Amino acid sequence: MKNPKSDSRILAAAIVLCLVGSIAVVALAAQADQVIKITAKRFEYSPNEIRLKKGVPAVLEFTSLDRLHGFSCPDFGIRTDIVPGKVNIVRFIPDKAGTFAFHCDIFCGDGHEDMAGKFIVED
Amino acid sequence: MKSGIDRREFLKLAGVGGVVFASGLSGFAHAAEKKTVPEDFFFVQMSDTHWGFKDEKANADWSGTLKKAVASVNGLETPPDFIMFTGDLSHTTEDPKERRKRLGEFRGIIGDLKAKTVRFMPGEHDASLDNGDAFKELFGATHYTFDHKGVHFIVLDNVSDPSASIGESQLQWLGDDLKTRDKDAMIVVLTHRPLFDLYPQWDWATRDGAKAVDLLMPYRHVTVFYGHIHQEHHQMTGHIPHHAAKGLMFPLPAPGSAPKRAPVPWDPAQPYKGLGFREVGTRIEKTEYRITEYPVTRG
Repeated sequence: MKNPKSDSRILAAAIVLCLVGSIAVVALAAQADQVIKITAKRFEYSPNEIRLKKGVPAVLEFTSLDRLHGFSCPDFGIRTDIVPGKVNIVRFIPDKAGTFAFHCDIFCGDGHEDMAGKFIVED
Repeated sequence: MKSGIDRREFLKLAGVGGVVFASGLSGFAHAAEKKTVPEDFFFVQMSDTHWGFKDEKANADWSGTLKKAVASVNGLETPPDFIMFTGDLSHTTEDPKERRKRLGEFRGIIGDLKAKTVRFMPGEHDASLDNGDAFKELFGATHYTFDHKGVHFIVLDNVSDPSASIGESQLQWLGDDLKTRDKDAMIVVLTHRPLFDLYPQWDWATRDGAKAVDLLMPYRHVTVFYGHIHQEHHQMTGHIPHHAAKGLMFPLPAPGSAPKRAPVPWDPAQPYKGLGFREVGTRIEKTEYRITEYPVTRG
């Protein structure tokens, strides 16, 4: 015959384990994300040289300090408008090592051609 | 006036002074047999004059280069049927008054061209900061078509939208225009940016250029001439050749050959190196276009 007290203890233990497990997964995920805050203004990004770990998800948070800019990194197939007054987010996984250029792809004035940067993705 | 034969001979001989690139138009001869063969002609492409650019490290003769090029075009043995400027007439400025001043000064200088017809389109330096308003005031429409001696010309605007897009409305216009054309029609597309991804890392592309190329693809004899990259470049997308022209203010490095797309420094030992204009001639009977590159000055 089953012991009801024993069953409820097992259930409680399982719930605790699940909770602990979930918290651990969330914590690991948060730790794994590479969050980079980037400001854009005529005609530069700051920072404009960004080191990333290969295979680790990256979250780019762009803020414009003046006007509409763009961000494009063709090697990773990512882009966004950088609209003033909001945080513009790009998520991607840098799945290859090396140096990859990014640039502003919305013409923003004399100096637009200089508005560029690079990712350095390391193994 | 020279005969058609003389003109064709001229085109052949003109290759001595520059590079000749023959673009095959296989299949057109068969179509031409059924009809009266149109008269051959040529036009001149001038590009990226960037009037208002004043950096002597990139061009020690920034005030004189365009005038010299105008004199060289005027000195061609046979005047072209028309001249086409493929954008970046002026160098960009955020001041709307200054933009109009630069475009007006450009128009004054090229007013010395002897050709009867001169046509224009904007580059991003002319149009991207005001969606083409100043350009339209001084030069008219930013996209249009015209026909000349059996060739259908389509001028596409991929710069008035600062995101380097043609846009759905203009693509619809392009599609509607093409629907009225025979699949064997000779079609020349003139635009500023490359319609294909030449080097997107330097923004040498048109965001929705592939949609335009898709619309053009069913037509057997399409050729694209463009500017923007300040150097001669030839590339095929399927059967469609794309020919980039040299600029007339400063050359830029070959795609991806330098850390930045910065102007190539002026070389006093070889002034005007990398700058020039081109002549494009039809040889309809031979199903060819002939492209002849000329330097700024013809000594």
